[in-house]
Amino acid sequence: MIGALLSGDLPRSRLLSALLLAVLAGLALAPFVFPGTKPLDVAAKACVFVLLVASYDLLLGYTGIVSFAHTMFFGIGGYGVAIALSRMETGWSAVALGAAAAVALSLTLSFVIGLFSLRVKAIFFAMITLAVASFFAILASQLSGFTGGEDGITFKVPELLRTRLVAYYLVFGTSLVLFLVLLRVVNSPFGRVLLAVRENEFRAEALGYRTVIYRTLANCFGAAVATIAGVLYALWLRYTGPNTTLDFGIMIDILLMVVIGGMGTMYGAVIGATIFVVAQNYLQEAMKAFSESMKGVPLLPDLFHPDRWLLWLGVLFVLSVYYYPHGIVGQLRAGKKA
Amino acid sequence: MKRADWIPVGLTAAIAIAALAFMGNPSTWLTLSIAGLAMGLLIFLMASGLTLVFGLMDVMNFAHGVFIAVGAYVGASVMKYLAAPAAADSLLENLGALLCAALAAALAAALLGWFFERVIIRPVYGQHLKQILITTGGLIVAEQLIVVLWGPDLVPMQRPTTLRGAFLVGDMAIEKFRLVAVAVGLVVFVAMMLLLNRTKIGLLIRAGVENKEMVEAMGYRIRRLFVAVFVAGSALAGLGGALWGLYQESLTVHIGAQMMVLIFIVIIIGGLGSVGGCFVGALLVGLVTNYVGYLAPKVALGTNILLMVLILLWRPQGLYPVSKS
Repeated sequence: MIGALLSGDLPRSRLLSALLLAVLAGLALAPFVFPGTKPLDVAAKACVFVLLVASYDLLLGYTGIVSFAHTMFFGIGGYGVAIALSRMETGWSAVALGAAAAVALSLTLSFVIGLFSLRVKAIFFAMITLAVASFFAILASQLSGFTGGEDGITFKVPELLRTRLVAYYLVFGTSLVLFLVLLRVVNSPFGRVLLAVRENEFRAEALGYRTVIYRTLANCFGAAVATIAGVLYALWLRYTGPNTTLDFGIMIDILLMVVIGGMGTMYGAVIGATIFVVAQNYLQEAMKAFSESMKGVPLLPDLFHPDRWLLWLGVLFVLSVYYYPHGIVGQLRAGKKA
Repeated sequence: MKRADWIPVGLTAAIAIAALAFMGNPSTWLTLSIAGLAMGLLIFLMASGLTLVFGLMDVMNFAHGVFIAVGAYVGASVMKYLAAPAAADSLLENLGALLCAALAAALAAALLGWFFERVIIRPVYGQHLKQILITTGGLIVAEQLIVVLWGPDLVPMQRPTTLRGAFLVGDMAIEKFRLVAVAVGLVVFVAMMLLLNRTKIGLLIRAGVENKEMVEAMGYRIRRLFVAVFVAGSALAGLGGALWGLYQESLTVHIGAQMMVLIFIVIIIGGLGSVGGCFVGALLVGLVTNYVGYLAPKVALGTNILLMVLILLWRPQGLYPVSKS
């Protein structure tokens, strides 16, 4: 039963299973175990980012393509639902229409970008996506009549979602289901072909798989899931703006989460995103305390300033790419074998 | 020897002339053209190293923007230190201060580039995916370190006294600093072309871009050559960064990362690995940005992307495809 639910891709490490169960339980029971507004916000953000990072892992870890446009699709989802809800009558039909339009736009865009640039090298795709995503971010901040510019859009959600508990479980449930779908996809024959493309494109092509088509499909699917994650996040925040969705910093965060959690494992997304979101919200306080206790020592207070936490994550990121290419999950699995 | 391909150059000139026809006002056109040339040449300074490194070693450095940022910050610090000669009302002293700042910026970026090549890039040769990840990681760390050293706030960067303002020729206004940028850019381009086409090192670099193994088989250590090109490219990026900082008159940490987008567009347009293509691409981007910004400000945002798409539809490998064997 559990095997079927996880598509036969079990965690394969006792510690990892325990961690995943802890995360699942923590997120499932968050409204009851951790009362208060901030912990619930953190939990909802963790859910959304698990989904977002898992969809990115499909691209980076499984297909071996680096995209810098994932936040663009995330943003399209957020803006789609925000624009629909702020212009139409507040209701579920507006949510559905906004989400559907956003997914359609994301699919079209990712298809065009994919066909255009996935034929050539990974590097080319990375550069093109970076250019397109930054263009999109500028566009969103400039078309202020339509997107609210730098201020973003604050909007009303349907009656039912105004209860935080319901909204939380909508976010949690959708993320969980879509995560399981992603797990299903990467363990399907389609997912195996993606792995083959990643490992040896030439051989996959020789076996008769059109690698461009597989890559483009993976790109589109990843983009669609990211869009839905954007929709969820916007519904939870009841706000969409450049800083919550399109910022290049978020793209960096996603990269950090995937690599630190473990590329090409799906569970890495869960671990990476959870650790990152919790660290983002709680580690900074610890750093603040440390930085203040270091007052008087030259440079150290600056290095441990709470805003400098990205520095340390960046160092961790570089080290993990060198030494732990499969991240935390890979380490845990390897530890079991030894 | 292949015959030179003049079509892209002609295209650039044609765009400039077409813009004149649309504007119908020669003085505006000249102002915009000089602004476009200055911007294009500065972009060329920053981009040339990146495209050459890619051509030679198949390494794409996503942290190239860091060299730009470091150059700009070091340049700003030196300018601040040399405030007296920079504020003096003498062209010679001003240029001296500018030269010091530019040299310091290039030197700092070169040192950083050398360190980067050894520590970050050397272990990941031939692995594109890891290169992208590692260099992005390097970008994060280096940007944060810049914040630690120089603080998170906007740093103002003042142009030296005699280089402020503009010449007025009739009703044309030509900003003085833009002329400096054009001059520096042209000098660097000519020097680079001479180095690449008239010297032994240049011959080896061009040969290395076309066929690395063959050059190695002839007994040359392409690795050393590569380190030299990487360091020189970083130095040029630092120099470009310092000038770009003066061009904008203020700096933030993200100056490099912001430029990266334009730089990528330029080297894709030019053809990955081609210096001449990078030059034409940079001029094209600089000119088109300025013309469109004046003629149709609403579409200005998308012009660079649109330009890239059009050029890739015309020549999918860029303006000057680099033949690889």
